Amino acid sequence: MATAATIHSHAPQGFIRKYIFSLDHKVIGIQYFFLALTAVWVGMFLSLLMRIHLLWPSAVIPLFGEIKPETYLSLLTMHGTIMVFFVLTTAPQGGFGNYFLPIQIGAPDMAFPVLNMLSFWTTFVAFMVMLAAFFVTGGAPLHGWTGYPPLSAVQSAGPGEGLGADLWITSIAIFCIASLMGALNFITTTLDLRAKGMTLMRMPLTVWSWFITAILGLLAFGVLLSAGILLLMDRNLGTSFYVPLVVVNGQIMGHKGGSPLLWQHLFWFFGHPEVYIAILPGMGVASQVLSTFSRKPIFGYKAMVYAMLSIGFLGFMVWGHHMFMSGMSPYSAFAFSILTMCIGVPSAIKTFNWLGTMYKARIRFQTPMLYAIGFVSLFVSGGLSGPFLAQPVLDIQLHDTYFVVGHFHLIMGVAAIFGMFAATYYWFPKMFGRMMNETWGRIHFFLTLAGTYAIFMPMHYLGMAGGTRRYSDYREVKYLATLIPLHQFMTYAAIITIAAQFIFMVNLFWSMFKGPKASDNPWEATTLEWTTATPPPHDNFGGVTPVVHHGPYEYGVPGAAKDYVMQTDPVSVPAH
Amino acid sequence: MATYTPSTPISQLGRGGDPPVRTSGGGDGGSGNGGPNYGARLRRARLGLACAIATVSMIFISLTSAYIVRQGLPTFDNASSSYVHDWGVVNLPWLLLGINTLILLFSSFTMEGARRQITRQAALAPVKSIPGVSLGNEGSFPWLWITVFLGLGFLAGQWMAWSELRRRGFFVDTNPSSSFAYLLTATHAVHLAGGVIALLWAAIASRLHKPIEERRIVVDISAWYWHFMAFLWLYVFALLGFAR
Repeated sequence: MATAATIHSHAPQGFIRKYIFSLDHKVIGIQYFFLALTAVWVGMFLSLLMRIHLLWPSAVIPLFGEIKPETYLSLLTMHGTIMVFFVLTTAPQGGFGNYFLPIQIGAPDMAFPVLNMLSFWTTFVAFMVMLAAFFVTGGAPLHGWTGYPPLSAVQSAGPGEGLGADLWITSIAIFCIASLMGALNFITTTLDLRAKGMTLMRMPLTVWSWFITAILGLLAFGVLLSAGILLLMDRNLGTSFYVPLVVVNGQIMGHKGGSPLLWQHLFWFFGHPEVYIAILPGMGVASQVLSTFSRKPIFGYKAMVYAMLSIGFLGFMVWGHHMFMSGMSPYSAFAFSILTMCIGVPSAIKTFNWLGTMYKARIRFQTPMLYAIGFVSLFVSGGLSGPFLAQPVLDIQLHDTYFVVGHFHLIMGVAAIFGMFAATYYWFPKMFGRMMNETWGRIHFFLTLAGTYAIFMPMHYLGMAGGTRRYSDYREVKYLATLIPLHQFMTYAAIITIAAQFIFMVNLFWSMFKGPKASDNPWEATTLEWTTATPPPHDNFGGVTPVVHHGPYEYGVPGAAKDYVMQTDPVSVPAH
Repeated sequence: MATYTPSTPISQLGRGGDPPVRTSGGGDGGSGNGGPNYGARLRRARLGLACAIATVSMIFISLTSAYIVRQGLPTFDNASSSYVHDWGVVNLPWLLLGINTLILLFSSFTMEGARRQITRQAALAPVKSIPGVSLGNEGSFPWLWITVFLGLGFLAGQWMAWSELRRRGFFVDTNPSSSFAYLLTATHAVHLAGGVIALLWAAIASRLHKPIEERRIVVDISAWYWHFMAFLWLYVFALLGFAR
């Protein structure tokens, strides 16, 4: 067996091998991070255009022109798709998971480094193909991120449904392949590369969250890939999987007998687990940060693990709650409704355990902690509207309204993004060797928290008042026109919130080069990434094999020299 | 509640307490200075393969689900102004597909021969490396190349089956049944083609003087994948045959 002295290997020196086609999971993690950062700005810009259009439908936007109704639909399609796939799926798992999963389990790298690199570059290609949809004849598709046929399956159904839609589907198919490669790597690494002493129940909750997310991805993305292939065939080969007999512009199309509901079933079998693919890593990060900054062990570690497993498992059994309006049998709707509300149980366990962790704690209110608390807040706020939508009788009223938009933006979008912010502020010192500015971090937090609530809470009221989503102009319908003041408020809030993100960007890049040097363990945390140098060496532990002696959250240890015990510390810890 | 875990002596730790096998820190793709642990790499590769098989299974499960749902769907017929079933029955070239099935099943046996052969060779490699020790010409039968040949033969046979389908007037858009016949067989063929590429790599690797253990991993993984492909084909064959 290799000894500590002999396992050290040298980093590649060439620029291409070191920074572009690197096999080092840390470099790949940073590549994913910046890809997602680019994507989030694209997605955010599109949302800004939408919000401006809702207030001033006739406005001519510099370099963009007037936004027509079909352009508005393209904007919301691309906003949703880019955010869901290239931000919410990419950054938490591909970015932070790639960088920290191997280090947190004491491994020198991912199980299959070449596959890891291929996974990133395949994601990159998928992103480029997605963006290309803007620049082809007809522009980007307008069928929404859920791509419901027959709109998405008939090329002549509208502008953007030609080549733009083909590129959209192709991009998603490529993304599925990339995600499958990544999931395979995460699962194998977690199961097979743990350091000596790193039993499953000693893994940090972040590792558990990435591991469960990978399992969800492994089982869900294959289904979306199949669904996408069928859609491409309907569009280009004249098959009728999804398309019934339809008439477009007075012409009977060549399809017959297909069912749009078939797509909905396949899509949502992927789509609902995708919600947890986005949010589970955030749960892991929140647990990690809350424990560290509360200086207390996470409340109910095992319950947290089992809750995440339950959420993942139940996530595959509730896809039908997206389809209550499709005319499904009331018995099916009842089953999906009950199963959906069951998810509330593990979600509540997690929430109470987070609160229990903070209860009577000596909390250090630093920026990562603020974002972790913000995550819990948004998770609760967004989660509580879930049971409303899980009731078929209420969903009939609320379906396709802004209530749904507000719900999923809080729970899946912003909560997950707060998880990413918490992760960024928490791990930035380890990744880049410098500290981020604390004052600007706090200002950024409070502006973003207030801003996101100001944007998304009114959407619930808007939806309850009948405010339909996907309408580009509210002026022509009398009862909708009365809701425009709410839109005004949300648009101003969106402009301020987006402006606040420049604070984050300046802080990020300024700190990367000019921030004060970080020590190896600036937060006095216990997990393995804080035992190694900052930033970690090429093989993560400088040729030393870490040996794990404790669980991941040994804080407030009675009699300990400090108030925490590192996972690698061989000292005996009394029960506390 | 504390997460205190007693400081168990390392020697008493169970699964998950095994030390990581370090090959090349930071994933530089090299073999590292400490020498790779092929046993651990094989185990890891098999685990990765199990994940890949789970994914491929999900793809075929979802296609099967679509197959069954689409089969039962009625469609509106303009001529009769009523709902009719448009599924239709495809006149598949069963004899040709049967021959292809036999080729693939036979290739699974030859693949297993290749796997066992290279496992034996890898086990005997340390003995053979002793100066003056010879084990004769053991294990030189070209199982791998035969499998590659049979795999290519299966793909050629599938191509012939599609040509025959076209000759009989069944195209991908003729009816839903023919759409699925093309879709399922083509999806399987694409996955099998991936296996053929892996086998070609394994066969060529011996010419490139790659270490026997490294070749063994590729052949072992390819073999299990190949068996899965054979099983999957039987499933597709049965689906097209019995759920018409």
